[in-house]
Amino acid sequence: MKDSNTVSTLQIYTLVVLRLMIGWHLLFEGISKLLNPAWSSFGFLSESKWLLSGFSNWIISNSGLLKAVDFLNTWGLIAIGVALMLGLLTRYAAFAGAFLLLLYFLNNPPLIGMEYTMPSEGSYLIVNKTLIEAVALFFLAVFPAHTAFGLESLFNGMRSKTN
Amino acid sequence: MVMKKDRNQASGADSSLQNNPTSRRTILKALAGIPVLGVFGFEALRYMNYTSKKNSSVIKVLGLENLQIPVAEKSMTATNADILRIGIIGFGSRAQQLSNGLGYMHPDDVAARKQNDSLAEWLEQEDLKVAITGICEVFDLRAEMGMATAQNEVRVGAGTSKPLPVKRYLRYQEMLADKDIDAVVIATPDHHHARITMEAINAGKHVYCEKSIALTEAELFGVYNTVKNSDRVFQLGHQITQNVVFQQAKEIIKKEILGKITLVETTTNRNSANGAWIRHVDKNGNPYPGDEKTIDWMQWLGDRPVVPFSIDRYYSWVKWFDYDLGMIGQLFTHEFDAVNQLLRIGIPATATASGGIYYWKDNREIPDVLHCVFEYPNHDLTLVYSANLASSRDRGRVFMGHDASMELGESLSIKADYDSTRYKKHIGDGTIDTSAPMLSIQQGSGKIDAVTSATAKYYAARGLTTTNINGRNVDVTHLHLKEWIDCIRHGGEPSANIERAFEEGVACLMAHKAYMEKRQVAWDPVNRRIV
Repeated sequence: MKDSNTVSTLQIYTLVVLRLMIGWHLLFEGISKLLNPAWSSFGFLSESKWLLSGFSNWIISNSGLLKAVDFLNTWGLIAIGVALMLGLLTRYAAFAGAFLLLLYFLNNPPLIGMEYTMPSEGSYLIVNKTLIEAVALFFLAVFPAHTAFGLESLFNGMRSKTN
Repeated sequence: MVMKKDRNQASGADSSLQNNPTSRRTILKALAGIPVLGVFGFEALRYMNYTSKKNSSVIKVLGLENLQIPVAEKSMTATNADILRIGIIGFGSRAQQLSNGLGYMHPDDVAARKQNDSLAEWLEQEDLKVAITGICEVFDLRAEMGMATAQNEVRVGAGTSKPLPVKRYLRYQEMLADKDIDAVVIATPDHHHARITMEAINAGKHVYCEKSIALTEAELFGVYNTVKNSDRVFQLGHQITQNVVFQQAKEIIKKEILGKITLVETTTNRNSANGAWIRHVDKNGNPYPGDEKTIDWMQWLGDRPVVPFSIDRYYSWVKWFDYDLGMIGQLFTHEFDAVNQLLRIGIPATATASGGIYYWKDNREIPDVLHCVFEYPNHDLTLVYSANLASSRDRGRVFMGHDASMELGESLSIKADYDSTRYKKHIGDGTIDTSAPMLSIQQGSGKIDAVTSATAKYYAARGLTTTNINGRNVDVTHLHLKEWIDCIRHGGEPSANIERAFEEGVACLMAHKAYMEKRQVAWDPVNRRIV
């Protein structure tokens, strides 16, 4: 019973590599938005279909709100990326990242009959890379991807020592 | 709960963590992310360096280092004492847009904007210090809409100035005779434009007139001479060039980035009943309101042949040559203005036109497919206008040069030509890529961009970006009206002045004559007439 709860070293390494890579990806997504002064979520949101289209249209109809969303998106991605890479507040970062990616997915889901002008590099049916990355982050959040290889483990270790 | 379980798992993975938590090995492992972040930072810096170098090398090749990109709104202050009293003649849908540009809006539209949260944005528009004090309209329903618009207390600058009384005039002559009107905005069907403009200028009013300016040569010369011999400010309604992107395109043309331009292709691509000017019935085929009791039909006809009242003619007047020049007058005018503002090509030497009624086979006289070709041998250039009302395939507005071509719409995008002489070396060494735009300017960014991602470029090409100046959405019609009003107050020539309007008027009349007479027509510059 106990055996089934333990994680092997190889499994830990695999989780950490996945965590670092997703962190890398989200951090660069954030940084590239920061570096491009012309970037705005306007185009993406105006393409929104399905469940969240009303919500997205409400955002783009209000320039102040759109600016706030742009800001939160850019800095949110950067914060989540850094946290995942350093292994700091990893669980929160992973959940937040998964939530953010799920929002992207729900805005532009590749459902049958939904077509977008935005080019995508691949062919998708319901499941796309955004959804997979979101699920991978859920996976990281519920598995111990941060315990050994992350700043958090140091704090946890110190805490357990002082205890 | 979960955290606890995790710790157990971790201890299973590496028991030393629990036993000796601050051991060297543990600390090193805990810091595992830092070298990865370091590599990331290094690579990100390299990437930034690469893109900025590539961007600056393209910009250098193009000589655009010192490109002045005007993004600031010119603000000229006026006080409440200078309130300009404006009368609007003809109050259809265009007049409502013009009223919005002046800072006035119908209560229904205010409610709609409140609903979608865009009212505040409109209220931020610059207060032009104007009052709409007169409405002249032949249809009671529209006159009431105009009155409600002008009297609405929700308006730009409502807190700073007192509202002025608004008067409805049954005939435009009464408005022109009224000393309490300083300037008029003419937004009637086209067959009234020239006559009312002349009478308004003669009555001492400044005039903002929607295109097109005239339907005959006699009208065109009449307006030209009247405006030329007066000190009143005239502006033709071509808001398109107020677009910030246009000012930037002007700089690009000045710097000869495109090389020698020999062909300019302008297009109209529409595919709907409304776009084909079937506007007297709603979606379900029910006619819009209006009858002889509520519409002063004889005044609406003006000096045109008398025909029995027709709701079709009242709303869908564009379909008949008695009231306008069809697509030439409604749409090519904007295209000509755009090209002429950039290239200053003026009146063409010759024009040919052909087309027909191939899709909308109703009672119309105007063609729904039309091609006009204008020759400018003195500029070594041909201007083409290709229009279709039965296909919305987007063909854009393209300036074709030997070294590069520029597509200009809501945004601007320039592609180097594979066989360019000027960029040969840079295409060879990879600095310039001919498969993607080498330069694009998106609205509002005010920045030149030679390297953004494919997605961003795609949006730029489609013009899916917002129109804004200094981060604020600004209505181009507002800017065009503002230019006119600034010239009235402070002097100067508006961009669509009578000279530009005359050149455009001649080009349009040449194309119309060529279409009607099925032959090439020419401009006789000595006798100043179309032959």
